[in-house]
Amino acid sequence: MEDGIYWPTFFFLLFAAVACAFGIAVVITSHVVHMAFYLVLSLAATAGLFFLAGADFVGAMQIMIYVGGTLVLLVFGVMLTAQAPFITMRTRAGEWVMAALAGGALLSLLVWAAFSVDAWRPLSRAEAEAVAVRPTATRIGMGLLGAPTDRVRLERGDSAVDRRLAAGMSGYLLPFEIVAIHLLIVLVGAAYLARTRRRREA
Amino acid sequence: MAEFINASILNVVLGWFGGAVSADHWVGYAMAALIHATLLLLLIANAALLFIWMERKISGRIQDRLGPTRVGGKFGWLQTLADGLKLLTKEDLMPGGADRLLFRIAPYISFCASFAAFLAIPFSVNGVAWVGQHLNVATFFILAVLGLEVFGVILGGYGSASKWSLFGAMREAAQVISYEVPLGLCAIVPVMIAGTMDLVAIGNMQQGWFTNWFVLHDPFVFLTFFVFLTCATASVNRAPFDLAEAESELVAGFLTEYSGLRWSFFFMAEYGSMLAVSILAAILFLGGWNGPLPVTDWLGLNSANGSVAGYLGSLAGCLNTLAKGVLGVMMMMWARWTLPRLRIDQVITTCWKYCTPIVCFTFVGTTAWMLFLPNGLGVLPGPARPYASVREAGASAGPQPRPGSEVVARRPVPSGALGAPASSPDPFSLSADAE
Repeated sequence: MEDGIYWPTFFFLLFAAVACAFGIAVVITSHVVHMAFYLVLSLAATAGLFFLAGADFVGAMQIMIYVGGTLVLLVFGVMLTAQAPFITMRTRAGEWVMAALAGGALLSLLVWAAFSVDAWRPLSRAEAEAVAVRPTATRIGMGLLGAPTDRVRLERGDSAVDRRLAAGMSGYLLPFEIVAIHLLIVLVGAAYLARTRRRREA
Repeated sequence: MAEFINASILNVVLGWFGGAVSADHWVGYAMAALIHATLLLLLIANAALLFIWMERKISGRIQDRLGPTRVGGKFGWLQTLADGLKLLTKEDLMPGGADRLLFRIAPYISFCASFAAFLAIPFSVNGVAWVGQHLNVATFFILAVLGLEVFGVILGGYGSASKWSLFGAMREAAQVISYEVPLGLCAIVPVMIAGTMDLVAIGNMQQGWFTNWFVLHDPFVFLTFFVFLTCATASVNRAPFDLAEAESELVAGFLTEYSGLRWSFFFMAEYGSMLAVSILAAILFLGGWNGPLPVTDWLGLNSANGSVAGYLGSLAGCLNTLAKGVLGVMMMMWARWTLPRLRIDQVITTCWKYCTPIVCFTFVGTTAWMLFLPNGLGVLPGPARPYASVREAGASAGPQPRPGSEVVARRPVPSGALGAPASSPDPFSLSADAE
């Protein structure tokens, strides 16, 4: 297919433009609920990028955790604490400068990293069309369990690696569990802070 | 549907251009996208028309009335159309203090979330899958997207600048966010039996007699099915869980300030979600496109006997799915007009103190059942379960109850087996013919 538009590129540009535009809108607007709304659109466009890349599982995760999480943030962070009907935030000039410095530093670092790592170089169009994406969550699960499928193939026969795998010391299951416990503690703490304080009857 | 449209219809349509357009051409992609989207939109719109009429008739009969009898003949078939015309001509009002952007956009967000769920729902699989987009994590995707419907409700309730709307939206948020937990846990049980989140594969594993449906897999799944129905009713905000629009206390909840077309978009979204969760329940528990008895197999309606026979078989499967979905919606209506509305504390109690523990129990029970009785008790008649044979094939390597056991190395990894995963043959041989 030489003629016409290459659709993955078209949709990549579309989703990327939507994500960036609403990301900027989040920064510019001063209305908190509008901010949350733009943030949700930006995150949903990012989920679209994941779907485009064939990472259906990550895309669905993005929708469930980030988009749904923003929703919860909006409800419990804004609506339950609001003192006035429609909240607006004012940003001072100094804050703009600080934010631009921090954001610009991060942006330049990311751009530099994205174009300097060989493995992340964009494929040519012929290469991209040759790659058949077969989306599956198996690799994620294997990675969590300590057998990242893309590495193991290269290092097969190395008995030290095999032993480490057998012992379950590589992979991300332990960090994953630590994060899970951490979140549980946060939940318990939130419940503790939010509970009704019972006054002891004198 | 994607494969079907690309394979059959598109070739015919492209033939009209005299072969000037190849199958890879952008016209082909655009037309395929357009056809998919239009079919699904028509499905939701017509389902809403049918369901509103059904709601009127069923509520009438339950309350010992006749319901609509005049518009469009004896049974009032066209009542919904008349309602729609009335809504179109209503003035589109907006409260003076409302947040203009959020108020205007909220109904479309709800509708889009409801619509997006249909993208991943397979309606029939018979050689080719009639599905907008065949995702291998379809179950998860649908649950994630349906959860977004509440976003439109919250924005609408907040943007209305009315206390009734805000209260309704807050109630709905608390309710939907709570009920996503047991709903997701319920969906895990059939996913665990099937070993995949791919709805096409899950439905295909329930081929054969109705005894192969997952709801009859074991007593725990049977219980899970009813918990799923309860949570699904709550998550689409239907009575007895319709606190967000409790007219006796909150006027109409988040809908209070809406009128005309925007109001009807909220209702299209609600009826669309009802159909989506009903079809999801049908595929996860009730065999999906497989009828109670494999009549289409007996008649030889598959693509091996020509494309017409294959098409008829797919059509029969699609009708099966839709019939089960409509039956599910009918049950929700029946519950709505029978049970009184719950209080908010009762709603949350039902979720956290009953549904969640019950489904945790059935989850553990199903796990134990699959470990100790992988072939069932053998008391149900009918042909062997397709998934049981898959499991036995995998069991030769050890007592691994999952069909995907070759792929997921669950215990200390044998060093020789590590290269195998990506290249091992797909254990879901049933889904292979669907791709």
